[in-house]
Amino acid sequence: MAMSREEIFQQVQEVLVDALGVDDDEVKAEATLMGDLGAESIDFLDIVFRLEKAFGIKIPREELFPAESLMNNPEYVSSGKLTETGLKELREKLPHTDLASFEGDPDINKLGDLFTVNAIVNYVENKLQAA
Amino acid sequence: MRWIWIDKFVEFESGRRAVAVKNVTLAEEHLHDHFPGFPVMPESLLIEGMAQTAGILVGEAAKFAEKVILAKIKKAVFFDYVRPGDSIRLHAEIESMAPEAAGTLGRITREGKLIAEVDLMFSHIDQNLAGKEFPEENFVFTGMFESLLAGVSAERTGQDPEPKG
Repeated sequence: MAMSREEIFQQVQEVLVDALGVDDDEVKAEATLMGDLGAESIDFLDIVFRLEKAFGIKIPREELFPAESLMNNPEYVSSGKLTETGLKELREKLPHTDLASFEGDPDINKLGDLFTVNAIVNYVENKLQAA
Repeated sequence: MRWIWIDKFVEFESGRRAVAVKNVTLAEEHLHDHFPGFPVMPESLLIEGMAQTAGILVGEAAKFAEKVILAKIKKAVFFDYVRPGDSIRLHAEIESMAPEAAGTLGRITREGKLIAEVDLMFSHIDQNLAGKEFPEENFVFTGMFESLLAGVSAERTGQDPEPKG
């Protein structure tokens, strides 16, 4: 049976509470993983492993959290901002994330803000539909 | 003091699970300070023992080609003290494995009784932390750990481990 969006959110919330040691009321849809929930790089892998287990799906790490590979490619980054090519790549890699406000000022330090709880829910929802 | 908190492996299934034994003794000096008159093995060292058990399990799965470092303590819960004279078993199991990292589940027992649950995450640092360079040689898996595994393979085949030159 297909999961509703609310069910997916609850499951994602549980994963983040366990992985990041935060309270469930902190895990709001718009909360950012790094800024609001204090996630560090190894936590992203932990989250990927836990999501795979919770939803029975296979998640290539760069598919859910592609920013790390983008940030290290000189073709995509110029003076601390994503280039037009970089933005195009990001849009392709993150079809399930709303990039409108980021595109106005594509500072790579703000890439972390794109990883919201909502982005994970969107990703999992797409992934489950595709399965 | 050598920074090694397991004495030997007694079970080892490559890429799946391993069990190591640690015998705790009053000859370990830190026990006299932790605590005076009430010696207990520090829980931080129980975590380190599990990190060595599970870390070797993870490292062996990639034939020690990766530099495996402890990246995250996912869970550490303790149910009882470990005291001098105790022989504890550290059971580690690989829960998930990716090219850049691995997650393990761990239980520490004494005579079958659960003492602790310690779940960990390890990073293969050459596959992570893009842009940073690490020395070529594997500084994680040094000769210190070789004899531990030599013992378990010998036990499996019923032969004495060959002395290392």
